[in-house]
Order: sequence, then structure tokens, then C-alpha cells
Amino acid sequence: MSAFVSVNGVSLQYGGAEGTLALQDTTFSVAQGEFVSVVGPSGCGKSTLMKVLSGLWPVSAGHAVVNGREVTKPLDFVGMAFQNPNLLPWRTVLDNLMLPFEIVEQHRNKLRRQRAAYEQKALDLLSLVGLAGSERRMPWQLSGGMQQRVQLCRAIIHDPLLLMLDEPFGALDMFTREELWLVLQDLWIERKPTVILVTHDLREAAFLSDRVVVMSSRPGRIIAECTVDVPRPRRTEQIYEPTISEIVLKLRAQIGAARHTSSGRPENRQIAGPASA
Amino acid sequence: MTNKARRGIGRRLLPWIVIAAIFAIWELVVRSFGIPQFVLPAPSAIFAAGWKFRVGILDNSLQTLMTTLIGFALAVAFGLIAGIMIGSSSLVYEAFYPALIGFNAIPKVAIVPLLVIWFGIGTVPAVLTAFLISFFPILVNVATGIATTEPELRDVLRALGASPAQIVRKVGLPRAMPYFFASLKIAMPVAFVGSILAETVAANKGIGSLMLVATARFDVALAFAALLVTGLMGMALYWIANLLERRVTGWSIRGASDAVVLHPQG
Ligand SMILES: Nc1ncnc2c1ncn2[C@@H]1O[C@H](COP(=O)(O)OP(=O)(O)O)[C@@H](O)[C@H]1O
Ligand SMILES: [Mg+2]
Repeated sequence: MSAFVSVNGVSLQYGGAEGTLALQDTTFSVAQGEFVSVVGPSGCGKSTLMKVLSGLWPVSAGHAVVNGREVTKPLDFVGMAFQNPNLLPWRTVLDNLMLPFEIVEQHRNKLRRQRAAYEQKALDLLSLVGLAGSERRMPWQLSGGMQQRVQLCRAIIHDPLLLMLDEPFGALDMFTREELWLVLQDLWIERKPTVILVTHDLREAAFLSDRVVVMSSRPGRIIAECTVDVPRPRRTEQIYEPTISEIVLKLRAQIGAARHTSSGRPENRQIAGPASA
Repeated sequence: MTNKARRGIGRRLLPWIVIAAIFAIWELVVRSFGIPQFVLPAPSAIFAAGWKFRVGILDNSLQTLMTTLIGFALAVAFGLIAGIMIGSSSLVYEAFYPALIGFNAIPKVAIVPLLVIWFGIGTVPAVLTAFLISFFPILVNVATGIATTEPELRDVLRALGASPAQIVRKVGLPRAMPYFFASLKIAMPVAFVGSILAETVAANKGIGSLMLVATARFDVALAFAALLVTGLMGMALYWIANLLERRVTGWSIRGASDAVVLHPQG
């Protein structure tokens, strides 16, 4: 089967010829239903890669293909979540979850007549992430972790084929973060969307993913990858057991090696070749 | 009655106590220093004058209220429309903003004589002055509210395939509502001032014209009575704007209580 997401030699330069080169000759692919994490230093172009795949920003060179079609504009089978919860503060939790239905064309027309059914979808999802009974609350009445759960629900409520998460747990404390890893795992097991998760937490990447992809510092390209062959559902304790902790160590070593080779010659963009371990 | 409830009532009475105290001190100062009527009348004299000329004052107040409200309504309508257009498009913003800044810098007093030349003495110059003077704060606030939509929030919607118009409707406008209502609280008194300003130059009716007549006759007490009524009307208008704001944008006032918060479906 051909890849569901395939990025082929993609470069992206912000703001014309003099602008920042955020991605250079990036190539990677994701299979349907796969959970892939992208890790890399801050500013290396991870969010840029997300913008390319969601059709929010055109590439300067190369091809980005999702679901068999070249990405040229936003696609409604994509769901996104970010580090900030980005909830609409004037809407209740439930009304926030209805937002994708109000926009995605296929649902927009039916929403009026089938409102109850759509709301039931939202309520089911809320109870799946442990927020049953919170549907009438306003966003500011929720903790950061709860808001992030709502954002996850909103990203997935219209059953997107591709779920893109850009450091969604970056601003949360360790305990909340681990809780949300399990929430995300449950959501993924239940719906099996293709997931691309950007994070700078190696344990998070190793715990959640089928495969972890490492990006170099700017301009970003893929310098290493690593599969995580651990059956699901995974338990958070496994992070501290050899199966996952060894992968975390291996990733660390790969990133360290990549840093080492590139730090001496920052001008040279060729040095960070595939540093497979 | 609980302590807390008693303190709540005390708080609500506080502004009235302050106003009463100001009048009391004023009365005291005027009487004890023997200040003449035509320089600074005592509050008692002002109230007396106000009562004596109550019909004229009411008549002129209603005229001013009418010109203010018509000018203000025009400013709200045009300010909203222009604000939405300028806030939604950086192209429109860049094209129109410098011209608007220049226009806003022109003192509106300078325009009133022109309005008289074009429309003659009467209601129209007052309405237009109220409009011109209160239009800009509304426009700027609405435009700011829409233009400062968080890029990520915009991306969430864009990624779902939302059109620019949908983004403005679902996010830009609701987000701009607190800015809009804040601007109404500025624009309302300003429109009022605009009306009165025009009336002192170009009208034979209205509070502004009444004040002009009163001072020309050295009836300072009547002039003060007119001022007092102006202040009261300003307070009432502000209070209405405030009430509206609380009803529509309760979500942005994160009150201490978890009481019902009204929210528009936008
Ligand atoms: N809209 C933009 N315009 C110009 N430069 C940008 C823009 N967005 C990001 N960049 C630059 O591109 C580089 C990569 O950014 P980003 O993809 O956000 O990194 P990451 O998410 O990995 O931290 C950074 O140097 C950043 O400053
Ligand atoms: Mg980023």
C-alpha cells in the first residue's frame, strides 16, 4: 500500500528569497493509521511541516501528498490541535465541539436538522476523555489539562483521517501530561486516525508512537528515525521499563550525534546526513 | 441581614454619597465665602433655576438626546461595517488607515461651520457632528478586535476549510464584541459632546444652544442647570451601554462567581 502521507523533497522558505529557510529537502512518509512523532530542537521547522501538510502554507519546492492528492489547499479530513487550547471563550464546551461541524461542508448542511445527533457525538467524545458533565461549562472554568482534552475532542470530532498535533501537551505539568497521553492513546485506539504528533519530549514520542522521526536544526530535515514495537494499550509505567526507555536513550544518542556533527559548521547545510544508528 | 449583603448595599450607595458630598461642600463654600450668583451659583440656586425652567430644559434636552442618538446610531452602523472591512483585510487596512488617521486628527469644531454652510442652522449639523466624532473610536476598536485574532485560532478554522468570511463570522466578530462595547462607552459621551458642540455654534434648539442663551443673559444658574442635565444624560447613556455590554459579552468579564454567563451563538 502506498503511503497515506508522503513528503517528498519539500523545502519551504518564508518571505521570499531573503527569508528564513525553514525546511530543506525534507522527505518522509506515514502509512494509513500509523502514529508518527516528529521530534527536533525548537525552531527547526516542525510547525512548518504541519502547515505544509494541512495546506495552510504552500511549499517552495517538492511535493506533499496526503490521501493520494497533492496538498494545495486546506483539506477537511484533517484535524489539528496546538499547544494553546485555542477554544472560543464565548462558547460552552459543547458549542466549541460543534465548531468543526459548522464549517466542514459535508456536516454543515445536516447540522440544522440533525443537531441532536451531532451533540450526542460530542457528549460521547467528552465522556471518552473523562469530561462527562462538563458540556455546559465555559472554557475559562476548566483547568489547562481539561481545556486541552476539549481541544483534542474538537480536533477529532469530525472523524478526520489525519490528526496533526503540534506540541499539544507542551504547556502541561508532568502528571497532567501523562494522563493526556493515555487519553490520546484511547482516542487513537478507538478511531485509528493517522496521527502526526510534534513534540520535544522524547518519552512522549516513544510512549505514544509507532515510529519516531528526528529532525535536524534549521533548516529542518529528517536525520534519523526509530520504530517502537510495543503492543497497545501501553501503560505509562512502561516508559521506565527497558522496552521504551531504551528507545528514548537511543533517540537521545541520535540527536546528540546530529548536534555534534552540525554545530561545528553551521553554514554547511549538507552535513546532517542520515545518521542512522 | 448578613454582613456581606450589608457591605454590598453600602458599595452601591457609595457613588451617591460622593455626589451628595460634592454638592454639600459646593453649597458650603459658596455660602461661607459669599461668592456672587453670576460667578458660581450654589447648588440650591441651580436646582431652583432648573425647576423654574424645567419645560425649556426638558424640551432642549430631548432635542440634544435625539441628535446624539441619531448621530450615534449612524456611527455604530458605519463604524461596525468599516471596522469589519478594515479588520478583515490587511489590504483594506493599509489602503484606508492613513487617510482615516488624518481625518480623525481634524478637530471637529473646525468642521461645524462647514456643515452650517452645507446644511444650514438646525438639526443636521448636530447629528453629523455627533456621527463624525464618535465614528472613529468604534471603527478602530472593531478593526482591532478582528485583526488581533490569534493566528493559531485562525489556522484551526482554515485547516477545516473555512472561508475568510466564515472566520470573521465565527471568530473575528464575537472576539471583537468586547472591543466594540468598550468603544460604545467611549463613543456615547463623545457623540453627546459633538451634538452640544454643534448646537452652541449652529442651532437654535438643544442644550448647547440653551447654554449659549443662558450665558449671554448672565443667567449662570440656568447654564449650570443645563450642564447638570447634560451630565445626568451622559451618565444614563453610559449606563445603558454598560448594561448592553454585560448582556452580550458576559464571557469576557470573568466574574468571581460561576453564575450564568450569557453568550451569543456566533
Ligand atoms: N510565518 C512565518 N514567517 C516567517 N518565518 C517563520 C514563520 N513561521 C516560522 N518561521 C521561522 O521558521 C523557522 C521554523 O519555525 P517552526 O516551524 O515554527 O519551528 P518549530 O515548530 O520546529 O519550533 C523558525 O526560524 C521561525 O522563526
Ligand atoms: Mg512549533
